[in-house]
This record gives sequence, C-alpha cells and structure tokens, in this order.
Amino acid sequence: MVRHKFVSYDPDKCVGCRVCEYVCSLEKEKAFNPTLSRIRTLRIYPNTNASIACRLCEDAPCVIACPRKALEQSKENGVILVDDDKCDGCGWCIEACDFGTITLMPDRKTVVICDLCEGEPKCVKWCPEEALELSSKDIIAQKARIDAVQKLTKAAAEAKT
Amino acid sequence: MQAYTGKILHVDLADGKTKVKYFDEAFAKSYIGGTGFGIKTLIDNQPPGTDPFDPANPLIYAVGAVSGTMVPCAASKFGVFAKSPETNLLGEAYSTGRWGAELRMAGYDILVIKGKSEKPVYLWIDDESVQLMDACHLWGKYTWETEETIRKDLGDQYVRVSAIGPGGERLVRVACLINDRFRAAGRTGLGAVMGSKNLKAVAVRGTHSVSVAEPEKLQEMCEDLYERAKGPATSKYRDLGTPANVLTLNSQAAMPTRNYQSATFEGAETVSGEYLNEHYVVKIQGCSGCPMRCEHIAVVPEGQYKGATARVEYEPTMAFGPYCGVDRLDGVIKAIELCDLYGIDAISTGIIVGFGMECYEKGLIDDKQTGGLELEFGNHEAMVKMVEKIGLRQDVGDILAEGVKRAAEGIGQGSEEFAMHIKGLEMTGYDVRGLKTCALGYAVSRRGADHQRHGSYGPDLKGTVDRFKAEKGRGKIVMNDEDNYCIFDSMILCKFSRGIWKGYDEIASVYGVVTGIPMTGEELRMAGERMSNLARLYNIREGMTRKDDNLPPRVMKLPIPEGVAKGSLVTQEDLDILLDDYYETRGWTPQGVPKKKKLEELGLEEYAGITASRKKEEVR
Repeated sequence: MVRHKFVSYDPDKCVGCRVCEYVCSLEKEKAFNPTLSRIRTLRIYPNTNASIACRLCEDAPCVIACPRKALEQSKENGVILVDDDKCDGCGWCIEACDFGTITLMPDRKTVVICDLCEGEPKCVKWCPEEALELSSKDIIAQKARIDAVQKLTKAAAEAKT
Repeated sequence: MQAYTGKILHVDLADGKTKVKYFDEAFAKSYIGGTGFGIKTLIDNQPPGTDPFDPANPLIYAVGAVSGTMVPCAASKFGVFAKSPETNLLGEAYSTGRWGAELRMAGYDILVIKGKSEKPVYLWIDDESVQLMDACHLWGKYTWETEETIRKDLGDQYVRVSAIGPGGERLVRVACLINDRFRAAGRTGLGAVMGSKNLKAVAVRGTHSVSVAEPEKLQEMCEDLYERAKGPATSKYRDLGTPANVLTLNSQAAMPTRNYQSATFEGAETVSGEYLNEHYVVKIQGCSGCPMRCEHIAVVPEGQYKGATARVEYEPTMAFGPYCGVDRLDGVIKAIELCDLYGIDAISTGIIVGFGMECYEKGLIDDKQTGGLELEFGNHEAMVKMVEKIGLRQDVGDILAEGVKRAAEGIGQGSEEFAMHIKGLEMTGYDVRGLKTCALGYAVSRRGADHQRHGSYGPDLKGTVDRFKAEKGRGKIVMNDEDNYCIFDSMILCKFSRGIWKGYDEIASVYGVVTGIPMTGEELRMAGERMSNLARLYNIREGMTRKDDNLPPRVMKLPIPEGVAKGSLVTQEDLDILLDDYYETRGWTPQGVPKKKKLEELGLEEYAGITASRKKEEVR
C-alpha cells in the first residue's frame, strides 16, 4: 500500500481556488457542483487552505465499516471501489473516514470516492498552483527528507560564513 | 437555456413572504447577468423618487451569466444594487470570494429584498428553503464574528454569508457588505440600505448543479484561458498585487495625497506593494474558480498593531496611506481591518478621514469634536481611532459617517471646496487632474467618483493619448471602456483578468458555450451599451442632470503642485469639451439625455417616458 499513489495537496501551494472541485464534478457528474466533487476544499480563515481526496488508507476503515460489503479496496492500485448495487447510502463509511473524503450522492443514495480518473486525475491536471500531486506515501516521505536535509545543509553553510 | 437558473427570489421583510418569479431567454440575452440584471431589476422594482432608506428601496443581489462554472475568475462574482444613500442615484457594488456561486447553486440568479423587518433578522437561503432568522444576538457584532456565528448556529462550515457590521446598522452612508471574511461589496453605501431594513446578513448554501450547454467545448476553451490567466497578463495581480500601483502612480504624479493637496507622496516607498509583500504578506489566496489568485493577506507581525489582518489592495492603501499622509503600512493594515470589521467602505472611509484631517488642520473642527484626537495628516493613531468613530458614529465621526459631501454641508466654512466626491461618492485613487481621459470617465460614471466603471486611466497612463489634453475623441474611448466594463460586470468576469480576454467575440463564444444562447460579439457589445443607457435612464429618473457630471472643485481649481504633472488641472472649458464629445458619441442630447432613436436602437423604448419628462430642449 505504501507505494499506491493518491492525490495529495501541498498546504503551502494550495490557494483554496476550488478549481479541483469544479473539474472533478464536471468530469464525474457532467455538471459543476463542488458538493458532488470527489476532492473537497476547505478554507479556515484567515488563510489556511486545503484540498483533500481519498488517501487510500491501509486496511481502509471505510471498507471495514460498510455493513453491506459495498466497498472494496483494489489490490491493484488501492482505490476504494463502490458497488452501487450494494451501497444504500447509509453513510457509515463517511463516519469512519478520518479525512472526510467520502461523498454521498443525494439523488442516487450511493457514495462516491476518488477513483484517480484511471491514473490521470483531472484535478491534478487542472490545479493552477501545482498544489496537487499524484504521489505515494513513500515518495512524499522521500521529498520531506530531501527538503529537511537541504534546509539543514543550507543552515550549516550559512552558519560557517 | 443552460447555466442560468432563470429564477428570481423575492423576499418581503415586512411579512416574511417569499415568491419565486422567472425570467426567460430574451431577458437573459438582453441583460446578460450581474450589472445588467441589477440595473434592470432596480429600475423596474423601485418606485421613482424613493428615499434610499425607505423600505420600498429594494436591495438586489445578482450573479453573473457564467457564475458557478469553471470560466476563469468568474465563478463567484456577484453584484449588489439599490438606490444609493450616498448619491441618491444608482448604487452598485461587486464582490467575489465564494458567495456568488453559492447563490446560483441554491437555485437563484437574482435576489430582491424589499420591506423592513420589525426586529433584526438575517435571511437564510438553503436551496429551496428560505427563512428569516432571528438576528438579535448578532446585532452589534463585527462582520467576521457575524459570519462565524451564523455558520456555527447553522452547523455548516460551507454556509456563505454577506453581512453588515456596526456601520451598516447605524446607517453609516459609506457602509458596505462583507462576505467570505475579506471580500466587500464596498461602494455606494449598500450596507446602510441593508441596515435600514433591520437585516443583518444573507446566508446561503447551495447544492444544485450548474450545467452548461457544451461542457467539452468549454473545457477546451478553458485550457487556453487558464494558461493565459497564469501568464504575464495577470502577473501584476499575482505578484505584488494592485499595491504595485503605489510607486507607479506616485512617479506619474497621479497619487492622491493629503486630500488632493498634492499628487506625489514622499513616503510612498514604505507603503508600496514592494514593501508590503516583503514585510506583511503571509499568503496569496484565490476566490472560487480562480486560476490566477490575487488575495494578498497581510498580517502585522509586531508593534502596536500586532495581529491586525487584512486583504490589502491599492485603493485602501492609497486612502489610508498617501491620502492621510501616513507612511506606515502597519497603521494602514489596521485601518483596513477595522473598516472590514465595522463594515464600512475602506476607500470612502480613508477619503473621509483625509477630509477630516484637513478640516482639523484648518481649524474647522476642534479637539472637542474629535474626542481629543489630534487629527493631523500623518497621525496614524488618530486615523485608526477615527475609523472606529465613523463606524460607531461617535463625536465628529457622526458627521463624517454621512460621507464627505454631507459632512462638508454640515461643517460648512468653505470645506465644500475640498470635499473630494462626485455625485456624493468619494474619489478613488487616481489624481485625475493630469489624466484627462480618466477625468471624463470619473465625471460621467454612473455610481459617482469611480475608476471601475471605465478604467479610462489606461490610455492616459500608457501614453496612447496625451494625458494632459482635453480633446474630441476621448468621449469614444470612455464610452467603449464603459460598455466593455458592463460586459465584464454582467458575465461577471474579474477585471483583474481582463488582459486574458481577446475581446467581445471571444467572450460571446464562451457565453454561448456556457448558456446555449447564441451570441455574437456585436450583440454582446450592444448589450453593454444597453446597460450603460439603462443606468443613465435610471439616474435621470432619480433626478440627475448634466450638472451632476462634474468634478470636485479642487480638481478644477487647484493645479497639481509638483512632479511630472505639475500645473495640471481640469478647467470648466476642458470638462465641457469632454462632456459634449461624450454625449454626442453616446447619441445623447447636449444635456446628457439619451435620444429616442438611441432608445429604439437598444430596445429600451419602454423607458422613453423618462426622457419625455425632461424639458423639450433637453431631449431634442
């Protein structure tokens, strides 16, 4: 699972423009509606911005919580697959998700979860700030290490001069 | 038609009744949205001659044609309209953030609020459910607290709120509406209209989808538009932000300084966009559906104003910086924050404080009236405190809260000579004495002193015309700019993104792809002209004449004392040349009244009665 890729956001780059929600709802629901988007933005004033989609948890709590076995995690790429015939929109998975990334479709009475657009997420493509990235947890950790070491090296070099 | 909801929500605060009316495709095509919808709805719903604080004065919200879609920098724009308590003419202001898209997704393109509630209430629009909610616990609260409290009360973080603060409650004539924390429908005193209705806020939550006629075609067009929105055409707004204007206009001697006593400010460096970004900006964020982002959030890190937080643009920076002779951005940021909290227009409030400073220095108001404040130019502490006094109508703040026009009438003693307003609305950040095309734009602007109805400083500052000269031809420039801006304000496209658009044809094709209503560039241009003329008709109906298309006395009598524009002013002769040319180009009489032929051409015959009521020689 550690190598499964999901849509992650960079809090420093995200500006809360909601373009991801517009393009996601258009791609998946053929209309503009942030409340139907698989990726959801949040602004906490004054200036904290976030854009959150399914993080493909290991032993995903949503799958475990579903009383109807409507959710299944793909072994191939880790996305949570929803069986629309089994799902009746009870919402236990929504409560189980720690990140608030599961959306109930009010008309269909089923839930929807980010499916990564067959490996090429539209939100990542359209994000004007390049704040979204299709990445895996180990790569994100790698980047954090590189950043930290670069900062340290720079600080050490500055301390010498 | 797609994208449009076709619905107009009418709310009567007197009895709490609501009614949904509908508009058709012909209405949509003629008036597009935003400003077109707003002006049309106002002229048709407000009885002629209504006092701005009369319950019959409707407070109107309208979203743009492409609102709630991925068209760049347009999703969340909205306009607010009413008869203005400042000008007694057309009141209009625009805002953005998130509120606009929410109204459309709740299912409405236009909201008309009439009447007056007995007790403080707020309006809660939750898709089809529309309710008046008790607002006694919100009355007296700042705008930010109001927004957060409503969200908490309703238990939904995604509720969007457009609210007034203590200023609007007290009928401060420059009161505004604040939404999404940092965004304002700022000008012409619409917050006071809301306050006069005992209405504290409009809260909206929308969950309906916005469908467009040709989604794939739109995506294709947007790919290109987004690239442009991220490119050089918008870099000014993305990088330094509009405060980049401080040094530009200062070097051009076009910086309104110390209540127009000068056009250059010696302290410009420390209130510049460069200084702001280096010392105060903590984040640049974006509105809903914006691929460029411009919202420069500034926080004061230390000192007496530590923690003050504001979204900083050029205009308020000018108003609380050079205009008040203040060269400290921490004081400027604090003053803007207070304006947002009290819900008063930061441009007008700064101009008013500057006016108050000159009154104080000339001995026209004394320490007793200022509550002991030494209200001198450059005194940032007195400036900050005076903002609060205006918001609360304390001491001389009660007189100043009436706006500079009425304040000068109250203070008298010749202060009218330096009361910087047009039609009752305070001046904005371009010293038009050395910008003659822009001066015409200001003089004829339908909402009073304003750069946002025309943007005609462009040709002056770019040097495409001789900015010191009044001559024939400027009328056409201003007319074209005005009609073009009508289209931006009706689609509604952010004006910061205007550089990415290739003209009417391109905007018309986006309009067609979104709405499914066929539109040509020429039809769109004509719609803009229609809006300009309808606004003029509204203002004529409410009593304006050629005499109101004027400039403040100081612009016409006191030459710019120094800098590259030294010696410039606009004489009466200059103004007459400009006005005659503008009226003629517009197809109006020498008195500025649209001729019958023009009304027929634009499909506005039904309003011919307004022009007929004017003396025969005026309409000939």
